[in-house]
Amino acid sequence: MIRAASLGLAAWALASASVAQTPGFSYPDVTPGRAFSFPADHGAHPDFRTEWWYVTGTVKTAKGEDLGFQITFFRTRPRVDPRNRSKFAARQVLFAHAAVSDPAIGKLLHDQRAARSGFGIAEARIGDADVRIKDWRLVRLADGRFSARIVARGFALKLIFTPTQRPLLQGAGGYSRKGAEPRSASYYYSLPQMATTGTLTRGTSTQTVTGRSWLDREWSSRLLGGAAVGWDWTGLNFDDGAALMAFRVRGKDGRSLWAGGTFRRANGTIVTLKPSDITFTPTRNWRSKRTGATYPVAQVLTIRLPEGRKRLMLTPMFADQELDARSSGLPVYWEGLVRTEGGQGYLELTGYAAPLAM
Amino acid sequence: MASSPARALAWLIAGEARQHPGRIAIAVLAIAIGVALGFAVHLINGSALAAFGQAVNTVNGAADLKIEAASRLGVDEALYAKVLSVEGVADASPVVVLKAVTARGQSFTLLGLDIIRAAEVTPSLIAAPARGPGGNGDDVFASDALFLSRAALIAGELRIGDRVTINANGQARSMTVRGILPGIAEGRRVGMIDIAAAQWLFGRLGKIDRIDIKLQPDAQAGDVRTRLKPLIPADAIVSDANDDAQQSDGLSRAYRVNLTMLALVALFTGTFLVYSTQSLSVTRRLQSFALLRTLGMRGGGIVALVTIEGALAGLIGATLGLLLGFGLAVGALNILGGDLGSGIFDGAPPALIFAPLAAAGFFALGVAAAVGGSLIPALQGARAAPAIALKNAGDSIDPRDRLTGRLPLTLLLAGVGAALLPAVGRLPLFGYLSVALLLAAGITAMPWLARSLLSPLARAWHRNVPMDLAIQHLHGAPGAAATALCGIVASTALMIAMAVMVTSFRGAVDQWLGEILSGDLYVRSEPGWGGFDQGSQARMAAIPGVASMVFSRQVPIVLDPGEPPMSLIARPVGTGDATLELLGEETMPPPGTVAVWLSEPAARILAAEPGDTIRLPIGQNARFAVAGVWRDYSRQQGAMVIDAKEYDRLTGDTTRDDAMVLLEPGADMAAVRRAIRAAAPPALKSRLTMAEPASLRTLALSIFDRSFAITYVLEVIAIIVGLAGVATTASAQASARTREFGMLRHIGVGRSQIVAMLGVEGALLGAVGGLVGVTLGVAISQVLIHVINPQSFNWTMTTQLPVTLMLSVIAALVVASAITAMLAGRRAVSIDAVRAVRADW
Repeated sequence: MIRAASLGLAAWALASASVAQTPGFSYPDVTPGRAFSFPADHGAHPDFRTEWWYVTGTVKTAKGEDLGFQITFFRTRPRVDPRNRSKFAARQVLFAHAAVSDPAIGKLLHDQRAARSGFGIAEARIGDADVRIKDWRLVRLADGRFSARIVARGFALKLIFTPTQRPLLQGAGGYSRKGAEPRSASYYYSLPQMATTGTLTRGTSTQTVTGRSWLDREWSSRLLGGAAVGWDWTGLNFDDGAALMAFRVRGKDGRSLWAGGTFRRANGTIVTLKPSDITFTPTRNWRSKRTGATYPVAQVLTIRLPEGRKRLMLTPMFADQELDARSSGLPVYWEGLVRTEGGQGYLELTGYAAPLAM
Repeated sequence: MASSPARALAWLIAGEARQHPGRIAIAVLAIAIGVALGFAVHLINGSALAAFGQAVNTVNGAADLKIEAASRLGVDEALYAKVLSVEGVADASPVVVLKAVTARGQSFTLLGLDIIRAAEVTPSLIAAPARGPGGNGDDVFASDALFLSRAALIAGELRIGDRVTINANGQARSMTVRGILPGIAEGRRVGMIDIAAAQWLFGRLGKIDRIDIKLQPDAQAGDVRTRLKPLIPADAIVSDANDDAQQSDGLSRAYRVNLTMLALVALFTGTFLVYSTQSLSVTRRLQSFALLRTLGMRGGGIVALVTIEGALAGLIGATLGLLLGFGLAVGALNILGGDLGSGIFDGAPPALIFAPLAAAGFFALGVAAAVGGSLIPALQGARAAPAIALKNAGDSIDPRDRLTGRLPLTLLLAGVGAALLPAVGRLPLFGYLSVALLLAAGITAMPWLARSLLSPLARAWHRNVPMDLAIQHLHGAPGAAATALCGIVASTALMIAMAVMVTSFRGAVDQWLGEILSGDLYVRSEPGWGGFDQGSQARMAAIPGVASMVFSRQVPIVLDPGEPPMSLIARPVGTGDATLELLGEETMPPPGTVAVWLSEPAARILAAEPGDTIRLPIGQNARFAVAGVWRDYSRQQGAMVIDAKEYDRLTGDTTRDDAMVLLEPGADMAAVRRAIRAAAPPALKSRLTMAEPASLRTLALSIFDRSFAITYVLEVIAIIVGLAGVATTASAQASARTREFGMLRHIGVGRSQIVAMLGVEGALLGAVGGLVGVTLGVAISQVLIHVINPQSFNWTMTTQLPVTLMLSVIAALVVASAITAMLAGRRAVSIDAVRAVRADW
């Protein structure tokens, strides 16, 4: 999976081709055949350029309202001179995003945090999941559950995620290719079907919620080839316990340059999807008045399984789930709660407001 | 017939103006000059302050609250994390502030920022966040990425992508211009780099200079300040935008108020000129007024007539003055800069900001001055009994009356009393009141003074008809003499007062320079290029021919956020140090305290005396005791000296900016200069200023003269206005006395004798006016020197009299008034004697 905000991060923080080589500085490559070990891989991999802890979920309030949320922590490693002895040296920079999808409000509530590491203000722990920026935190507790605490402008999320399944290694044993070049790849695993409990606050009203969440963990040093303008991604939790992740990388003409995905059945067997196994077909477009961008907010996802094609209709809970965080330097994208037959999850649409040349 | 008195008034005013356009013009001009000067000073300073305030805001980025290091040594960076966790603080942005210079010598403020924090707190200080990859490809965290404001880009003739060498804090670093800072106000030269790069590349590891704070929307600034207080170390200060404004206002307030007061003095002189013009005009028209009175006009009509005349002159003068003042301000801003050459504000000439309220104020003052000057003559004219006035146009004071000095004495005592009162809000308002009262005392004493001064002459018999006539005339009619003199006395007195003050000040500065410049050579590193590190200090001191070298460090420190920073000077302090001219006694500091010697302004501002303990924002928990007070004319905001060893111990900063060199006898100055340059740190080699005491002294005095250039201009104007007043009053008096001249002709006095008599009268008037003016001026100068200067500039001096100038002023007045009186007299006596006498029924 490739996440939208990583584009913004690249702009914010990452060295581009025009920056002179920094002596004594390099990023490790992502290569196939890496052995994953937990809980160490829940923690940070600070040598890599980009990494994220990305939770999306669907919850129900006691009153029966269906809501969605996303909590994302990004870690990046800017190209800074390793000789710089300043405590402010931006060896690691952390960003976080949080949003609530509430059909009754009709648009996203969202907020963000960002800070360079150091001074105890922002840290991503090595060895186990514990990422923190100022007052926001996502941490794996001693009992294996994850806890997120987000107090934001206009809303708050205090949630506990309990893994119910083993980590799902994406691509070839956790090596997830993003394009024709083998170097364009990431290490990628997910924790789908996490039982979720906690409280959700909107304005001054706090409610107890329960639901299901999906944690995506991905780290990489080089994500994309040059021709991509954006991507569509989805992660779906099915009611029977199955889970599906699928993405496609789009070129200028809107066609897929690359695609990938993984389907884990309820019984635990895994089907790895090749680029030719995945088709996204838009069925409904929505135009944002804020940005002028037009998003294919409803799509038909077709995947080829050994037993035959499976068509999944992805229907958004509501159309306006656009996230405009340009003021903090991030791109505009659409990150929305969707329903499908026998399940629900998130759909992410990037590169529609403006082509994202990388 | 209701309109007939009004019509008669209009007719009288128009007639008077037609008949004596020159006199009216001088009065109008005097008012115009006063208004113009006052308005111009106000406009210039208002514009300069606005520009300065904008500069401060530009660099500060308009945070809700900020914590600033009290000196450029900075504060420990750990404070940042503590501040960020304070309740009510939404975000905090750490800042490193550097004075930077490009290789070509353009200076700018270089800010080291955490772009992420600054985006929340002071977004105007950072480049627009990039929107996507592949755009401008900037990497804001790269240690060589430099962002510049447009003005900095233009000043350095740079373009985005250029490599440029930046010097700051003694380090030269190569950077790449990566983008523009669009939020920086026009004309402001500001650069931005990453805070880590700023610390690492420019020798500021572990230190920050400022923390900008954004408050939670519902937080009260006062509450947050209270919560911050226990966290703030001694070397930091919490402030907000209000404090900045106060500080920039405080910078120039004394200077501005003094200039404005000088302008008001010009206006005051204008009032006296209007008074003398109108008095003469009233005296001359007493018969016309008497006739009008017998025809039924009331006394009030006469008052109205004369007052309206004055008001008209005031209206025209004030209007002219506003136009002239605006022009002056535009010119002065472009030529002298916003500080009128005083060096208070740096930078490009600010844009002129028109001030409608001030314009209205100065206009009203101008009109009021003219009306005020006319009121007394108007009342006199109205009071005169019509029957006597119809027959007589002489002096209202009877020559046999004894003149009393009760009013002048009261004014004098009030003036002395006002001089003893303290400053109001750090401004010497009572001092100025004292000047005004002394001036009024001098002028009201004029009839008495004129008669007293002339009495010895009047008792003597000179066997010289013109001289005796002149003396007796002046002795017998001192009121007329006083009227003629009040303008010149006022302007001479003020001019001499200013001259004495400036001469004393210049003399004091000159003497002080001689005492402090006891070295053979002075070496200074240009600001922004760092200073001499310990290695180069040792190398320099070891240069053959150098007997000793005294290094010093000057650091601006903020003791109060609303006050301009003082200078902390670290240098070796020995006993009997000649370069520290101590005022009063020196006290040994109590054990456990660090001795600090305050400059005179610093001692006044801090209200501290030798023996007092004070708090300074350097060193943790160090206590300081005032050991002595020294004379200093160069730093109006205050300065203090501590011993170099104590400074090193307290701050760990061993860099020095300045050095005083003492040479061995016979040492080769040129060779020493070369060796010093060779021993300097590499970045500084071409950025050293070396000067010998003589040239430093010349430079200091030329700066002094430049700052007082505006006062010289005002003095010249005052004298010109005064002389113009003498000329107009002389001609007015001559034409009013045509009948007297006719009578004299009839009893056998020749025309040339009358002219000679007028010449003597003029010369005597000039002498009396000059003498009184100069004496009054010296008295007023004492108020300026001992009251106004210490109260507004915080320094004292001893009086030095510009004797040559004083004598030449008197001589010039004698000559000028004799000549003008004779010129006026020639016209008056050319009238046929018979016709002149027939006018006297």
